[in-house]
Amino acid sequence: MGINLEQFHQVFFEEALEGLDSMESSMLAMEEGCDDSEEINAVFRVIHSIKGGAGTFGFAHIADFTHVVETLLDQVRSGEREITKEIIALLLKTVDCVREMVETSQSGGDADPDLGKDIIERLNQILNKSTSSEAKESLKQESAEAEFAGIGWQISFVPHKQMLQTGNDPVRMFQALSELGEISTSVDITELPNLHSLQPEESYLKWKITIKSGCREESIREIFEWVEDECDLEIKPLNNEEQQEQSEIQEAENKELVRVERRNDPENDRRKDDDRRKTNYGRRKSDSAGGTSSIRVGTDKIDELINMVGELVITQSMLGVLGDGFDMSKLEDLQDGLTELERHTRQLQESIMRIRMVPINFVFSRFPRMVHDLSEKLGKKIDLRISGETTELDKTVVEQIGDPLTHLVRNSVDHGIEMPEERSASGKPEMGEVHLNAYHKGGSIIIEISDDGAGLNCEKIRNKAISAGIISENDELSEERIHELIFHPGFSTADVVSDISGRGVGMDVVRKNIVRLGGNIEIKSKQGHGSIFRISLPLTLAILDGQIISVGKEKYIVPIASIIESIQVKPDMVNKVSGKGEVFELRGEYLPIVRMHEFFEVEEGYIDELEKGILVVVEGDGRKCGLFVDLLLGQQQIVIKSLETNFVRIQGLSGATIFGDGSVALILDIPGMVRQATERHIEAV
Amino acid sequence: MSNVLIVDDSASMRQMVTFTLKSAGHGVEEAVDGVDALKKAKMGNFDLIVSDVNMPNMDGITFVKEMRGLEAYKFTPILLLTTESAADKKQEGKAAGATGWIVKPFSPDQLLSTAKKVLG
Amino acid sequence: MTEVAEEQLNEELGDVTIDEDQYLSFELDEEYYCVDILRVQEILGYTDITRVPNTPRFLSGVLNLRGAIVPVVDLRSRFSLDEVEYDKTTVIVVLAVKTMHSEKTVGIVVDAVSDVLNVSKNDIRTVPETGAKVETEFLTGLVSNGSHMVMIMDIDNLLNPEKFMELL
Repeated sequence: MGINLEQFHQVFFEEALEGLDSMESSMLAMEEGCDDSEEINAVFRVIHSIKGGAGTFGFAHIADFTHVVETLLDQVRSGEREITKEIIALLLKTVDCVREMVETSQSGGDADPDLGKDIIERLNQILNKSTSSEAKESLKQESAEAEFAGIGWQISFVPHKQMLQTGNDPVRMFQALSELGEISTSVDITELPNLHSLQPEESYLKWKITIKSGCREESIREIFEWVEDECDLEIKPLNNEEQQEQSEIQEAENKELVRVERRNDPENDRRKDDDRRKTNYGRRKSDSAGGTSSIRVGTDKIDELINMVGELVITQSMLGVLGDGFDMSKLEDLQDGLTELERHTRQLQESIMRIRMVPINFVFSRFPRMVHDLSEKLGKKIDLRISGETTELDKTVVEQIGDPLTHLVRNSVDHGIEMPEERSASGKPEMGEVHLNAYHKGGSIIIEISDDGAGLNCEKIRNKAISAGIISENDELSEERIHELIFHPGFSTADVVSDISGRGVGMDVVRKNIVRLGGNIEIKSKQGHGSIFRISLPLTLAILDGQIISVGKEKYIVPIASIIESIQVKPDMVNKVSGKGEVFELRGEYLPIVRMHEFFEVEEGYIDELEKGILVVVEGDGRKCGLFVDLLLGQQQIVIKSLETNFVRIQGLSGATIFGDGSVALILDIPGMVRQATERHIEAV
Repeated sequence: MSNVLIVDDSASMRQMVTFTLKSAGHGVEEAVDGVDALKKAKMGNFDLIVSDVNMPNMDGITFVKEMRGLEAYKFTPILLLTTESAADKKQEGKAAGATGWIVKPFSPDQLLSTAKKVLG
Repeated sequence: MTEVAEEQLNEELGDVTIDEDQYLSFELDEEYYCVDILRVQEILGYTDITRVPNTPRFLSGVLNLRGAIVPVVDLRSRFSLDEVEYDKTTVIVVLAVKTMHSEKTVGIVVDAVSDVLNVSKNDIRTVPETGAKVETEFLTGLVSNGSHMVMIMDIDNLLNPEKFMELL
């Protein structure tokens, strides 16, 4: 059968990398002195499955490497060997090495034969044996096996009573034998008890089998391999006389014996098999691993979906029946049916969205290792605390938030946490703390990276911003605004560009990446006490709850998550600021007003007087403003479509959606609009 | 043809076994560990079980023991996926009631010929 | 087969299979233009289009093409020709436009589609500097359709969204 194993590669890579991540965190936990046998078992399982998969899918170098690691882990697991600091360190290196091997294969590269050589050497030293002798042994064995060819075999096969209870069936074994050559079988039923005392689950028969075949003894032993310990098995080469003798005995005992005979053409079949095998293995490497990512879904989630689709189909067929010969007396049924349909559709949608959700731990799990390595390198003492790691968010978000988060954690370790001496001197514990936290808030996911380090130095940032020409010396900025400056393009707070954070990627890129995901980032910092970076991200990229608003003839959608309230303003709430811009007062706060018809150049039919329309107070990036619109229309869940697929990104818009009637509506980019509005407002002030 | 239950915590192995057996015309259901498999075995009706040994929650050996305790699966062939290095696992598996084993790594053809050995 | 016949056959084959391309021609303010037919994805009657703010005037807006959001350019407006009422011959031709990194789907509003032309590469002439209402930088050639001239439109240059957004 021509099965192309390549189709399973991507899944194998993904699960191997996932396994390595969890192995890494287990190793780190063990390093902390956590000596849990469950932990070691889990690590063993990871390496064991990678080895199995690598061997099966044709990555021999990975299989060979993990084999040695597995041997060591097996000894640890069974208690033969104690786990030492050195072994842990070596296993951590192993993780890196296997990861590199997997990633190289994933990207279609060739294996580096020297990769991991030193680790293997050290492992073998520990295991106290050399790999080369083992290889030679297996070679020798093979050549010995390749010899013999005779005329056939005489087999005596006496199953023990309980052999059947392992699901082995003598008939199947004879079938397999018959594929090796012509067999004749005789059975001795003398042990068979009377019917009333017979236990159907036990075996009472003894078999004598003659096989005429040039096959090796090994091939026969293979067939009985599974029952070796559950039977008495004798295999003797057949010579002509014995064959003669055997048939005479058979004839003599014929009355008591049952005879089975089978014929086949084994040689031909085997050759075909060999050919197929060759083509199978020869085909890998033809093209590099495909780029489509996959998602692992629990079968329970799939079952749930199938159930729902089932209900949907039932409702649909019910409506179909209703539609045939409909009259007004059935109106109520129709309405009920439609309500059902809506409910099922919504449930189905929610379930499907849940499939895209994965725990943030996929990203968080890389940090213990990173912080561990970094703090060692920098000579700092850092305790990384992680909470909320089971918080789920969209797979795409999880995949893309990794780099920005890595940058922020590096920053905290590199610039945030001080050296131990420095910390003691300022009365803090030597051990600094970096805390990663994730939780739900409204329709968003919040991820926080906080540290109890030095905090941002406003004076330094200000000076730097002045020298970089970002602000002028006369600018009076609040502490908050100064903190914001670090997100300005080309801004780096480090005095010296270290090789940890200073990799040419600034905080502006971090922000840009987060904004691209529809999220935003804010910072709270107190000099001497630490900083908190707070990222908020949409739960999912594909669907949002939208408020439809109208301005003139146009309709737009405002994400409900960003709406604080909608109000009708009274004239005394509004102030015109000299130059441009209007502000209104809301509970002591002055917020800019964005007239939507101006912002979007709506040509006609809009409401101009503030008192007659509606002000939608929205928040984005931690700042607020009021959007002036004509009317609030309905609210509904909308599926977000990208404008960029066929077009470009448009200022003030985050995407589009399609209404039930097929028309297109645009979704407002609230953070972008608020930023623009407040900046204009500040300029005006 | 026959109904097969494949038990393995590795998704790639499961996929490979499923695909191979399905291509040969068998019905296949997947389970991710012993506990899951036991549940599915009780609900379904399988002619062959192929199970990994090293799995979280319930390992293959325990799973085989549990299966042999079920009236419906007393004689059903159960094959364990083992590795050459774990020779003791084969014996342990046999003692628990496994029919036999397939040594990893194996090719789709090897899998099919082994399945044929017990399914006929 | 004689040598002469072979030569003749080759010539014919060459004409049919190698050098001839098909173009879809359309009408715009009493002039004729055409595009490579392989780039035409669909021809739609004029439907409602959602206007998009902060875009050039000639961008009619976006429409829903089986779930994809597709921008639509009004070619009359693009070349500052007189505005006319859209009527029943007005159509949107949906085209595949190649940009530096990807392929985008863009619609154009034209007065009417006329027909499909078979054009041999040898028949394509260079565009004279003056004459057409469409600037020559957006034309790649000129063919004759017996009764009138048809200009081949360089849609990758004309309809690249990043490029035409610069005209805002």
